[in-house]
Amino acid sequence: MSSIPVKESHLTRYPKFLGRSLWLATEGSFGFYAWMTMLTALFLVGANAWAHQVAGGMISTNMTDHVSWGLYIANFTFMVGLAAGGVMMVIPAYLYHDRKMHDVVIIGELLAIAAIVMCLFFVLADLGRPDRFWHLIPGIGKFNFPISMLTWDVIVLNGYLVLNLHICGYLLYMRFLGRKPNPVWYVPFVMLSIVWAISIHTVTAFLYCGLGGRPFWNSALLAPRFLASAFVSGPAFIIVAMLLMKRLTKVRGLDAPISTLTGIIRVTILINLLMVASELFTEFYTGGAHVSAAKYLFFGLHGHTALVPWTWTAIGLNVVAALLFLWPGILATRHRWMLAAACAMAFVGTWIEKGMGLIIPGFIPSTLHEIVEYAPSQLEWKVTVGIWALGLMVFTVALKTALPSLNQPAE
Amino acid sequence: MTHTEDPPRQPSLPIVENLSRRAAVKGGFATLGAAAFVAAISPLRHAAKNSSAAEFMQQHYKELSPEGKAAVIARLESEAKENYGAEVTIADDRPIPGTKFVYAINLSVCNGNGKCVEACHKENNHDRSTNQSYIRVIEMPKGTMDMEQGTTTYTGAVPKDDKFYLPVQCQQCDEPPCVDVCPVKATWKEEDGIVVVDYNWCIGCRYCEAACPYHARRFNWKQPEVPAEQVNPDQSYLSNRIRPAGVVEKCTYCLHRTRRGKLPACLEACPTGARVFGNILDPQSSIRWILENKRVYILKEELGTKPAFFYYFD
Repeated sequence: MSSIPVKESHLTRYPKFLGRSLWLATEGSFGFYAWMTMLTALFLVGANAWAHQVAGGMISTNMTDHVSWGLYIANFTFMVGLAAGGVMMVIPAYLYHDRKMHDVVIIGELLAIAAIVMCLFFVLADLGRPDRFWHLIPGIGKFNFPISMLTWDVIVLNGYLVLNLHICGYLLYMRFLGRKPNPVWYVPFVMLSIVWAISIHTVTAFLYCGLGGRPFWNSALLAPRFLASAFVSGPAFIIVAMLLMKRLTKVRGLDAPISTLTGIIRVTILINLLMVASELFTEFYTGGAHVSAAKYLFFGLHGHTALVPWTWTAIGLNVVAALLFLWPGILATRHRWMLAAACAMAFVGTWIEKGMGLIIPGFIPSTLHEIVEYAPSQLEWKVTVGIWALGLMVFTVALKTALPSLNQPAE
Repeated sequence: MTHTEDPPRQPSLPIVENLSRRAAVKGGFATLGAAAFVAAISPLRHAAKNSSAAEFMQQHYKELSPEGKAAVIARLESEAKENYGAEVTIADDRPIPGTKFVYAINLSVCNGNGKCVEACHKENNHDRSTNQSYIRVIEMPKGTMDMEQGTTTYTGAVPKDDKFYLPVQCQQCDEPPCVDVCPVKATWKEEDGIVVVDYNWCIGCRYCEAACPYHARRFNWKQPEVPAEQVNPDQSYLSNRIRPAGVVEKCTYCLHRTRRGKLPACLEACPTGARVFGNILDPQSSIRWILENKRVYILKEELGTKPAFFYYFD
């Protein structure tokens, strides 16, 4: 512990810090208020749609017994990746002692918090009986641990949330108190968060690849593919966030982190494409019954082609983004928009690939080889937009909370 | 940006001490937001009306005391009366010791008439509008076991000359993937081999539905609708009582019948005699004779689920 005498207990000071932070985070320009108002409005639309879904039953979604997971679980899967991808700022900062990254590493952790919050809401939205959520709480419910992969996921996701809340809370609180953070209280947790980030996405992949009856998911490559794409989408999002911060705030020293992250994506986006290619090779070169779902995804099966436009869009976006990242001039200041565009393409491409492109073909054809197609209903889109708005709100407020300390990086 | 270190202006509770115009505006917007949120989720009140505190607090089936179970069953019976206008009795049928139920279907005889599907629908109080059933019959071209070439939505007179028919329902596996994946232990395998669901404990995540290789599980996307006069009143807690919305259900080999010494509804309805059901532990049973003397196979053996459901040819 620090040796500075404490006049007031942390028990009363910490809430004060939270209150003060929230106060500061809700101060801002007209643009900021417009942005938050828009997000609030979208969130309310989503909350209303969800309430209707709970009241009327999930018949108002377009899911069926054939395709029993849809847009919600697709987004959940992608969000886990986004949360894990935030760690790509932590690794250079703490494993490779990149000082420039040290000052802004908190951005990645705040993104992780927002993404995990979204994950939890997407799972909640997908439950047929959200009122029975407490059955999942160890101790008072009945927790099927360690057999069910879903219980592992509950543990790692909530653990990751707590870990990141602690790290961010501690660092910002110390700035608030005007003290230098004591490494003992956060560095071990930061190191743990690196392992933990990998675990959240591995466990989420195991949710799917452990199912023998679903050949499309039953691949050992699923977890590595998840990680590769997570390490594209997370940094891509952070780069865009930092480009915006450069414009809208007084935070300096973002150029070096942006170029580090760009370097990371340059590698991970190629690894991701390589894995997609190697999976396609095993599927299509071997053929047989195993290939049906992949055939459905890429070319359509027996005249059913609902996912084909999605998947080719994703491939197109990923390939173009990869080429842009390989272009040496992408970091030139006058081509900033190009970097932003490449990040956006990689982000959307991964969202399709890890979302609709992964979850839906797992169900088509069904285990009895029937083809029932799925396209999200309007209600599902509304709920999804609502949760995204909530996540962006959490991220914006969290980032604003961190701004004072980002504005004046430690010497 | 404001300094966080600014002792004289640092308020302890911003909303109270700093009751400036700005605080009032922020408070106003916060109140407005909260009110809008309450309005947005108001449909939940409708959902809450349909569920009681007792239902919300109900423990897992296996944790219920005999008195607790009796109270739950009485509540469920009165709900059936209230919501469906039907007098029903809900029993708590337990497995008979020394019994392990297995099912077999003679594919040489099954002609795809679908009577089993219909009987299951009625016996188990399935939703009328979605025409739900636990059984799917696949029409397959002769000379293949590749289900990809089959269809469950066939029409026309049966049997067709170049087809054979493959009914699929829950295989009551000895290694059930659906049970393993359930995060809340809402589904389990009983001593007589039947995999059951506690409809009052299931959270509706549908992971079991994703895990089942036989498409044997169904989700209640809405509250089932059954006209009062069509409700089958002979019910059991773990089988055919009318399910709540938002939970998963499945075939239970009609345990409300078979545990009382009767045969499953699908078997009784089958006009061709293709279906055989019984206790594999009984050496005198006909099912035992079939398994010992016919060419028997199971579905998707390579997945290691060890079904208690067999197919054979004459």
